[in-house]
Amino acid sequence: MAHAATLSIRQLSKHYEVKGQPLPVLSDINLDIAPGEFISIVGASGCGKSTLLRLLIGLEQDYQGELLLDGQRIAGTSLERGIVFQEHRLFPWLTVEGNVAVGLLNSQLTEGQKRLAVRGHIELVGLGGFENAYPYHLSGGMSQRVAIARALVNRPEVLLLDEPFGALDALTRAHLQQELLRIWQAERITMVLVTHDVEEAVFLGDKVVVMEPRPGRIRRVLPVNLPHPRERGSPAFVRIKENVLLEFGGVSDIEPPRPPLPADGLPPGLQFAY
Amino acid sequence: MTIVVQHKGAFSRSREKAGDEGVGLAADVSPHPHPLPPAGEGAVSPRVPAWALWHRVPRPLRGWVIPVLLLATWWAAVQFGWSHSPLLVPLQKVWSTGVEQVTSGQLAVALGASLWRDLAGFAIGAGAGLLFGTLLGVSRLAERLVAPSFHTFKQISLFAWIPLLSVWFGLGDAAKVAFLSLAAFFPVALNTFEGIRAVPRELLEVARVFAFSRWQLLLRVVLPAASPSIFTGLHLGLIYAWLATLGGEYLLVSGKGVGNLLIDGREHFGMNLVLLGVIVVGLVGFTLNWIASRIERRLLVWRGASARFH
Repeated sequence: MAHAATLSIRQLSKHYEVKGQPLPVLSDINLDIAPGEFISIVGASGCGKSTLLRLLIGLEQDYQGELLLDGQRIAGTSLERGIVFQEHRLFPWLTVEGNVAVGLLNSQLTEGQKRLAVRGHIELVGLGGFENAYPYHLSGGMSQRVAIARALVNRPEVLLLDEPFGALDALTRAHLQQELLRIWQAERITMVLVTHDVEEAVFLGDKVVVMEPRPGRIRRVLPVNLPHPRERGSPAFVRIKENVLLEFGGVSDIEPPRPPLPADGLPPGLQFAY
Repeated sequence: MTIVVQHKGAFSRSREKAGDEGVGLAADVSPHPHPLPPAGEGAVSPRVPAWALWHRVPRPLRGWVIPVLLLATWWAAVQFGWSHSPLLVPLQKVWSTGVEQVTSGQLAVALGASLWRDLAGFAIGAGAGLLFGTLLGVSRLAERLVAPSFHTFKQISLFAWIPLLSVWFGLGDAAKVAFLSLAAFFPVALNTFEGIRAVPRELLEVARVFAFSRWQLLLRVVLPAASPSIFTGLHLGLIYAWLATLGGEYLLVSGKGVGNLLIDGREHFGMNLVLLGVIVVGLVGFTLNWIASRIERRLLVWRGASARFH
């Protein structure tokens, strides 16, 4: 069983430089994530939740504050952290098996162990029999399963999920949420899910972190003290969902307040996409 | 450069598609000619249009219809005396010249010499183009340093190099191989460079997430992702090299080759030899193209059936 990691985020801030002016993206984020915990992060677009995930995986750098994985400062990407992106990002020239094996390219396992791990993880995501299919053969949901297998095959200590089901239809999404839950319970690793789907956040998370934009801050952390499997229609579930939505309501997501632009910033009517 | 082939591709594809639709239509229509049957049911079968004959020709043979018609017209023009021009040699004479050239071994020598130069020049040019394009694609420094010169050089017509090459390398094989390796170099270098530049950032990030080394990144992500574009370049390079083989033989006259066969024919006013040469050149070009397409299709199987038509 993989070791599950503790993640600590301390006074994390991040800004981009736009024409020499700092543009804050994240401001004073503090969050502790226990080993094996499932954290959901929700927020309107532009609240920096994806940037936070990209910092955790190490694709973005130059931040202020501390990002610690088991007490070690995060610098760059590493095999102990896995990620599933919104798009599956499979290599189209590799089969399902080849794509999952990408996750083991730089692992210490022997060839035989690698083959076993790849097979096992293809089974884990329910794609047994599709080992030799190319991505163009697969539906969106199946591709995302392959991406999950690829992220898990190296037994990372923490799995980051950046709106992994955002592009899927409602039925497939609900199904994959169940599957993800099953995988999480089987692997017992730390998971951080970024989503804009409040129901998904409550269905999966031990805690739901609500973020607000401009600059990205944590508005509230709501615990979800419900046993799995959770019943989406149950009064307790609905109440928590309402609470999360209420936090959302505080930040008007119809007309978010515009940040004061730098004097020589973008022309009126344009805004940055993050 | 790319545009030429894309157009050609688009043309042949639309033709294929039109053919497919035509067949589909005919197949759909003939069993149930009308959703609402007209009064005279019997009137339907004579309405099958004349072009329905076209659909009796098996599809793989349809490409042969025009060449066969041309040959038939040629033959008929001589046979029925439509023209007495010395330019119009009888088909039989071209055939007998062909047989003579083959049995005497002259054609084999000429073709062998041309093909050898073609493949040698292609190998050198494509190899260099691949390396150069890759370097330009992966290194910002190399791009800044070299790309402006490269983009200027590629504007120079290929044939403008001939005087220079003949001064440097003489009129022999070396100059010809150098000439046609240049012909292969530019499309391969350009398409490799552009293919690498177009590798999606998303896939590069995946490689970073899994801690790929530089070599792993190049060999397992960048080159495979660029391979469709690289193949386009190789394919073009192969065609250009063959065109340049002929051009080189024609302009750097010395030695043996299919081009020299054509020149001999012209100088001795042997139209039979000229026409034979043209046919051989066409067949070789067609064959090279066919082989390249087969290899490409096999290696790019991951693009899926649908991608081949885009």
